[in-house]
Amino acid sequence: MKPSRAANIVMHTTAYGTTAIFLLPVYVLINLAIRPTGDLTPALIPSSRATLDNFINAWTQSSLPGAIVTSVIVTVLSLLTITALATMAAYPLARSTSQLSTLTFYGFLIGLLLPFQLALLPLFIQMRDLGLLGSIWSLIIVYAGAQLPFSIFLITSFLRSAVPHDFEEAARIDGCSNIEVFWHIVVPLLRPVLGTCLILNGVGIWNDFFTPLIYLAGGGQLTIPMALQQFVGRYASNWPLIFASLLISMIPILTLYLVFQRYVIRGFAGGLKG
Amino acid sequence: MQAKAQAHRSVGRSLWWFVVPAAIAYLYVVIVPSAQGVYLSFTNWSSSPKPRTFVGWDNYAALFGGDAGQAAWRTLWLAFVVVVIQNILGLGLALLLNEQIRGRNVLRTIIFAPLVVSSLVVGYLFKYLFGAPGIGGVNSMLNALGLKQVDFLGNPSTAMWIIVVAIVWQFTGSTMVIYLAGLQGVPDDLQEAAALDGATYWQRFWYVTRPLLAPAITVNLMLGLIGGLKIFDQIFAVTAGGPANLTHTISTLLYRYYSQFGQYGKAVALATVLALAVGILSFIQFTVLRRQERAL
Repeated sequence: MKPSRAANIVMHTTAYGTTAIFLLPVYVLINLAIRPTGDLTPALIPSSRATLDNFINAWTQSSLPGAIVTSVIVTVLSLLTITALATMAAYPLARSTSQLSTLTFYGFLIGLLLPFQLALLPLFIQMRDLGLLGSIWSLIIVYAGAQLPFSIFLITSFLRSAVPHDFEEAARIDGCSNIEVFWHIVVPLLRPVLGTCLILNGVGIWNDFFTPLIYLAGGGQLTIPMALQQFVGRYASNWPLIFASLLISMIPILTLYLVFQRYVIRGFAGGLKG
Repeated sequence: MQAKAQAHRSVGRSLWWFVVPAAIAYLYVVIVPSAQGVYLSFTNWSSSPKPRTFVGWDNYAALFGGDAGQAAWRTLWLAFVVVVIQNILGLGLALLLNEQIRGRNVLRTIIFAPLVVSSLVVGYLFKYLFGAPGIGGVNSMLNALGLKQVDFLGNPSTAMWIIVVAIVWQFTGSTMVIYLAGLQGVPDDLQEAAALDGATYWQRFWYVTRPLLAPAITVNLMLGLIGGLKIFDQIFAVTAGGPANLTHTISTLLYRYYSQFGQYGKAVALATVLALAVGILSFIQFTVLRRQERAL
């Protein structure tokens, strides 16, 4: 339907106006990060003395450089583990119709509702006894378990609704072993849902603050949110310097997002629309 | 037919052991510690080396006699307000950006972007924006315009609204994207037919679009509720529970009992309350929404 000219103008103004309001905090973030410390120009007005000093200081005085590396390692290793475990588990859960299989599937779904806050402290004692507190291995173990219900739910639903049995049967008749069927036939067909899993789990783990706050406290290794919290604590009211550190921390994930935005948005909506 | 059914059952069934590694990880990380958490909430477990003893409902009684009752209501209030505002805004934006608007993909990309940024960063950003007179961004503008400055975060009730704004700013884009995906399933000819029959825009929305959006509404309300009840980062960054501990939610209070007081028993009691709240409310919401979906 063609809207009238007046309606068209109203729609465009509202759309662009709302987007501008959404961008306003980001504008302030950048505007503050490029002004010298102590410059008290009101937040919306561009400073006359733009500088990149804050970025250099934030980079050299914070633990961000190391934390970025740590966050990359934690995210990549966790994603590999979650994806492998969840894909394997989802296949028999989706294909078998036995009661035990249905029961196991529901068992995993309970995890969707259990807030991790509950398991957090008892598991903290486990990690302490294993000597893993303060090390990224505790985080990887936690994520590998805690993110499973959601991933298994997504992959199982996808297998049931979008992957026909016929290919598996044909491959079986052609003499493939069960594992070959899984690896060469099933896994390649799962690409869309695995993409969704990687995006949602990846964003969640990369930005998670609560888990490292408990498990990495006192250790030498920091993830990005932890490094930011320390830095903000140290330079409490030096907002230009803090904002430079926040911007640095956002660059890796925003770059990935802008490059892959089409897939990210589609994967996000496709996985969750129900 | 029967042979076919057996053939495809056999590959999945003979690989049953594929579930084992995931089941072990899940039991070890989620189920066993959660059960331990519920059990330990009935003990005086703490950071002190004293032996643990069973104390019955003492932790719960102490918590709800103290600050936990208020924190629980505040958590519910926060989840409810966030879900309502986020869904109204998200649905409005989805309807708008589903129309023929030039550059609508760019606008969608921008509005969705805050989702990928850490909630902690968003929290710090809003802590500055609504900071005290003489410091905060909004106050610097009020001052420049000659208006009276406001101590947004110095007052617990305005501080809660600032937290709402920060959360809504970050997650409205994701709500919008889920509604946009739902709108893909609303056929254009159905809309046009309704328009030819003389239906107004609102009538078309209510009788044609809304029923077809029902699954998206369910997903958005469920995600918003579960996420809203667990909110931690934004409060940690914006108010840290202050002023006078009047902006704590269950999650931040739990962290306080753990890190400041070393009262682990009370911390897990709060976590148990949170788990029950999430479970019961999700169940009610899901049942109601599914019944409505079916009724349509």
